[in-house]
Amino acid sequence: MKTSRYFGASVPRLEDARLLTGRALFVDDVQLPAMLHAAFLRSDEAHARLNGIDVAAARKRPGVIAVFTAHDLGDYWKPGPLLVPPPPIEGLVFNTATQVPLARDKIRHAGEPLALVIAESRYLAEDALEDIAVDLVPLPAVTDLEAALAEGSALVHEQFGSNLAAHVHQSTGDYAAARATAHLVLARRFHYDRGAAAALENRGVVAQWDPRAEELTVWDTTQAPIPIRNGLAAMLGLRESQVRVIAPFIGGGFGPKIMMYYPEEVLLPWAAMRLGRPVKWIEDRRENFYATTQERAQIHDAELAVTKDGSILGVRDRFLHDTGAYDPYGLTVPINSQCTLLGPYVVPSYDSEFTAVFTNKPIVTPVRGAGRQHGVFVMERLLDFAARELGIDRVEIRRRNYIQPEAFPYDHRILFQDFRPLVYDSGNYPAALAKAAELIGYESFVREKQPRLRREGKHTGLGIVSYIEGTGIGPYEGARVTVEPSGSVRVATGVGTQGQGHFTTFAQIVAEVLGVELEQVQVSTGDTREFGWGTGTFASRGAVVAGSACYAAALKVREKILSLGAALLGVSAGELVVTEGSVRVREVPDRGISLGELARKANPLRGAVTPGTEPGLEATAYFGPDRGNAASGVHAMLVEVDPETAAVVIKRYVVVHDCGTVINPMVVEAQVQGGVAHGIGNAFYEQLIFDANGQLLNASFMDYLLPTALDVPTVELAHIETPSPLNPLGTKGVGEAGAIPTGAAFAQAVEDALADTGIEISEIPLSPNRLFELLAAARGAA
Amino acid sequence: MIGQHTIGVTVNGVAQERSVEPRLLLSDFLRHELGLTGTHVGCEHGVCGACTVLLDGEAVRSCLIFAVQAAGHEITTVEALSDGGELHPLQQAFHEAHALQCGFCTPGFLLSLLPYLREHPHPSEAEIRVALSGNLCRCTGYANIVAAVQRYAAQQGVGSRESGVER
Repeated sequence: MKTSRYFGASVPRLEDARLLTGRALFVDDVQLPAMLHAAFLRSDEAHARLNGIDVAAARKRPGVIAVFTAHDLGDYWKPGPLLVPPPPIEGLVFNTATQVPLARDKIRHAGEPLALVIAESRYLAEDALEDIAVDLVPLPAVTDLEAALAEGSALVHEQFGSNLAAHVHQSTGDYAAARATAHLVLARRFHYDRGAAAALENRGVVAQWDPRAEELTVWDTTQAPIPIRNGLAAMLGLRESQVRVIAPFIGGGFGPKIMMYYPEEVLLPWAAMRLGRPVKWIEDRRENFYATTQERAQIHDAELAVTKDGSILGVRDRFLHDTGAYDPYGLTVPINSQCTLLGPYVVPSYDSEFTAVFTNKPIVTPVRGAGRQHGVFVMERLLDFAARELGIDRVEIRRRNYIQPEAFPYDHRILFQDFRPLVYDSGNYPAALAKAAELIGYESFVREKQPRLRREGKHTGLGIVSYIEGTGIGPYEGARVTVEPSGSVRVATGVGTQGQGHFTTFAQIVAEVLGVELEQVQVSTGDTREFGWGTGTFASRGAVVAGSACYAAALKVREKILSLGAALLGVSAGELVVTEGSVRVREVPDRGISLGELARKANPLRGAVTPGTEPGLEATAYFGPDRGNAASGVHAMLVEVDPETAAVVIKRYVVVHDCGTVINPMVVEAQVQGGVAHGIGNAFYEQLIFDANGQLLNASFMDYLLPTALDVPTVELAHIETPSPLNPLGTKGVGEAGAIPTGAAFAQAVEDALADTGIEISEIPLSPNRLFELLAAARGAA
Repeated sequence: MIGQHTIGVTVNGVAQERSVEPRLLLSDFLRHELGLTGTHVGCEHGVCGACTVLLDGEAVRSCLIFAVQAAGHEITTVEALSDGGELHPLQQAFHEAHALQCGFCTPGFLLSLLPYLREHPHPSEAEIRVALSGNLCRCTGYANIVAAVQRYAAQQGVGSRESGVER
């Protein structure tokens, strides 16, 4: 699709006015007559045998309507589904253990729900939590990944006989042979620890059962309203058409809101039906730290084999992945790590093996980046170390190993998370690197500026790294486009939206095809009543997959406009143009008919139509790509480090990004900027710190530090556009990109600034405190 | 602690009288008693700033104040900023600069900024960043919020006063 009036333009967003004025509906804004409020009793212990729960006193408290434990759920109590089954990789081991609505016999992480209290107000419901007595026997907590796999460790799930959740081995080429012929083999251990998604809006569910209509309506802070509807219908014994799930405006998602089914979203609808009154539950921030899924602890033991001139011969990686107490999301995160490690490089041999481990910590599911950052961190760090050992420039060693622009499609010969081979569709990595090096002033910084500043006593450093992000995966999304008699155009799609600008970018696509004003296009997302087929917003796929479906549906409507227009105007369709909200004869511009009028004529009240005629100017279309596409980019940053205090200030941040064809540059740039902020937090400020008992020690925004406006510089951004051949728009995803290589760039930059100390950074997050320790250790060793 | 207190409070120029529990947070009072759901709750411990409202013209976190403490005071929420169909110039600047994504934190940013910009009509970028640093945003990475404030400041010069809200 070519750039013209709307497509490719930085048009301001259509959804803003509602959000700016406080009129946008978020889940907690839903107020219903006779609505009740829920609160959950959650376990203080991370690992315990549950003997019993006494809720008698809570039930007697005035204002309390009901208290439920696992035993009160009867047949409704069952473990959740395995959302993402493992890909068909030979020899793969996967032990399925999914979360339960309320703990029944055993507690497996702190914050696991034990009882549900429903009362006339949230205040009263929380009062009643204090009345509940829990009889439990604490067990030793499983928190350390290596100790978890040792003989004699306590077991999170006894039935498996160990804490092994999965084991996966993928390889290509002959690494042993590569290693034998290598000039240099570098082996290092890398740590990447847990962080929170920390959407500003916590999760929430409101459920209402209408006994007259026999319909259940659920407002849910989910990224996947349609699968939630389908699952609830099945669990509650309802037809899918009896359940309406609405994901209204969502205050940030970043991955955990794609997890399903959370205990709360299973229990609230059940309770609302049982009690015959609407029920609301809104997660508080403390609950969010325990009850919402997290990422991303991994330990990698990785090896890079290179020639003397820095060409990669092979990589071997063995890593442990912390999946938390349950593994409902399958292997998406560690397989992303495994695949993304290869990055934009030619890696002739790759031997990668991982073990996913159950621990007594909250469940791990994708958070912005979804495991990709680990792979990037390992590979980029290994290349940095190799460059240093071989005396090769950091930029040069990357350039030498890139997949070349003419080499696409490029097959890495392993399987990706979408069960398809990891084949890159398009890219131009050397151009992106050259552009980033130019923008950050790499040559002059390294040769002239950095040495001068060092002489002045300043420790400045530069980091420059590459990454690939597999985006826009299937299976499919759909859209319905309708021209209404008013001339306005309605677009309905199934994906939920959490701030990505779908109301605008989807409207841009449709407005372009139908030749209408952007403001005439109204987009509906995330309401199963409006559109009932689809999977959700994840894996940076909204614009690619749902956007392509909007495009396909708009094209079908355009065909209908042309065909009906031709009949009414008495010309052939080829003589018509669709423009300015009308269809007109190209050579006779004043001969035409408005789209609104055409829509009316397409829906006659009397008379006859040609058999087979579909009414209205409406069409539904679906799009499913053959496989995910490969967005890519280079991040470069300049930092200044104070070696006395270990304070790091990011002076500049450059991103050169390729997400294929850009629909709205303003939206894309803002997605990258926001991702970088998330990445900076992940690299330097944010870490979920658990003690040996599985207790989270920093479960508040006082203690878990999100970056502020003082910590995140304005990103200088440039685009490279290699359109994807895998969808008609040529787009690739961008939602997660900013957050993926930030840790790798940060580590390289900080290390560069402190080159004279000899420290080596092999862990993220790297808090000021931890950096201080590394510096102290380096001084002690010197 | 249980028991009801009758409070009178002026919210967005309208006098309200309600009977409330002393422990009811101002944020819950505004959202659930008055239905002014534009004020958002992100952390309930005073860090994120999403629930910021004006109390007698000054920015306060409504999750750290009890409704009874607001008795006799004037509260302004995001709902009062736009004039009919027209956005407040700061809202307009946020729109034009793409300073919001999910928009959940936005009302808090707007109401934190208005008193600040009244006192500091021409802040530098560094000053803007300090002014913003008490509010958390997870989506934008702040750059466009800074740009929106710069855009607003450039357009405004010295503000005039209308219906209690700096425009």
